[in-house]
Amino acid sequence: MLCILLGVLALHLLVFILLIVSTASSQWVADEKGHSDLWYSCLSEPKAYSCSQASNEDWIQAVQALMILAVVFCFVSLLAFAYQLFRLFKGGRFYFTSIFQILASVFVMCAAIIYTVMRPSNGKGFGYSYVLAWVAFPLSLISGLIYLILRKKD
Amino acid sequence: MLRVLALASVVLLGIAPQASQAITVYTSWERHALVGSDVRLSCSFFSWRFVSEDVSFTWRYRPDGSRDSVSIAHYAGGEPYTDNKGAFKDRVEFVGNPKRRDGSILIKNLDFSDNGTFTCDAKNPPDIVGRPSSVRLLVFETLPIQAGVITGAIIGVVLGLLVLIVVIYYLMRFLVARRVFSLSVSKHGKKKKEGSQQRQASFLLLLFFLFLLPLLQYPPPLLPPLPHMHPVCSDKRNRLARCHHHMTIWRDYNSIQRLLREFGMRKRVVKGNIHLLCMAAQLT
Repeated sequence: MLCILLGVLALHLLVFILLIVSTASSQWVADEKGHSDLWYSCLSEPKAYSCSQASNEDWIQAVQALMILAVVFCFVSLLAFAYQLFRLFKGGRFYFTSIFQILASVFVMCAAIIYTVMRPSNGKGFGYSYVLAWVAFPLSLISGLIYLILRKKD
Repeated sequence: MLRVLALASVVLLGIAPQASQAITVYTSWERHALVGSDVRLSCSFFSWRFVSEDVSFTWRYRPDGSRDSVSIAHYAGGEPYTDNKGAFKDRVEFVGNPKRRDGSILIKNLDFSDNGTFTCDAKNPPDIVGRPSSVRLLVFETLPIQAGVITGAIIGVVLGLLVLIVVIYYLMRFLVARRVFSLSVSKHGKKKKEGSQQRQASFLLLLFFLFLLPLLQYPPPLLPPLPHMHPVCSDKRNRLARCHHHMTIWRDYNSIQRLLREFGMRKRVVKGNIHLLCMAAQLT
């Protein structure tokens, strides 16, 4: 039981860290000339660096909001897990934890889909933040489903 | 050593007043405006000296993509002078108050060709050493939405909905528990001897505590003792009042089974609300 618990907790923390890194770093689109989105748009030359605010179009703001909501829900789910671990009656399921985690995964999915569909078509490749967002989505979904199936044994 | 220190302090004191005599000019960073509207470009300065009578402001305009700048407004010797030959003819007005260190201009009836950088240079003799400051003007057909407005709106709405759903959930649970308890009490024939006023007070108190501690699944240990509470051990008929101590172990089967048989309620509903029932039982 302890192993399963630690494993599930480790997965949850991993998802949380992935979401934070993906939200906070501005590297959804990156190549050798610079990187851009979600918050800054930077041009980098050898020995120089020039950043300005990312464009405030509607869809970028929606992606920002959804990523922040995903981080918030993942954190709340972590708190709910810690609470339910000590207060749930025996045999109960971690409903709150799983609901919040699954909502977080839905938000990440929406954010990633919106970004994929609406991104500016200037031939730049995707950066690591974008990849992390897509990786965080199935991991958080799996984590949420595990909480749904998990039963408190002691 | 002392001599070096003395020399250094003299040099520093000599340099400091020179540095502090520079004039600093302030303008906005960027201005957004709609086509056809008027925009007020503000310019202010800070100087260590009082505003002299020879204070002067100069506004220059550099179109986007050009390297030359053109003078469009000038204030000197107490008189404002504005563009009377170029693209800003009759469109620029000096609206600042130089006595109050304000050298703002008003540009009327904007057009897309007014996109560019406006530079304000202020001089307050003898304080003339300073760098001019620039403001960038962007003219739009429709103003774009500001950064962060939609983000904040989406986050606020979703979190608000979440709070609302949690509140409604606990409200429903409480109402179900109250209904179950009142049904069970009336079935057992126990008449409520207390006045309805006391009942209302206890109901409100219960409501207050439930909403103050929404995440706890068990009653708070600090319920204030109410004067009309029956001693729980002596009440044999209403065993729900005793289950408050047994609910963690789900031991008080008789009363639970009775409830289940009589109302045909699902075990899960009663089980989930048992603490609410016990709390309600304790308070009435």
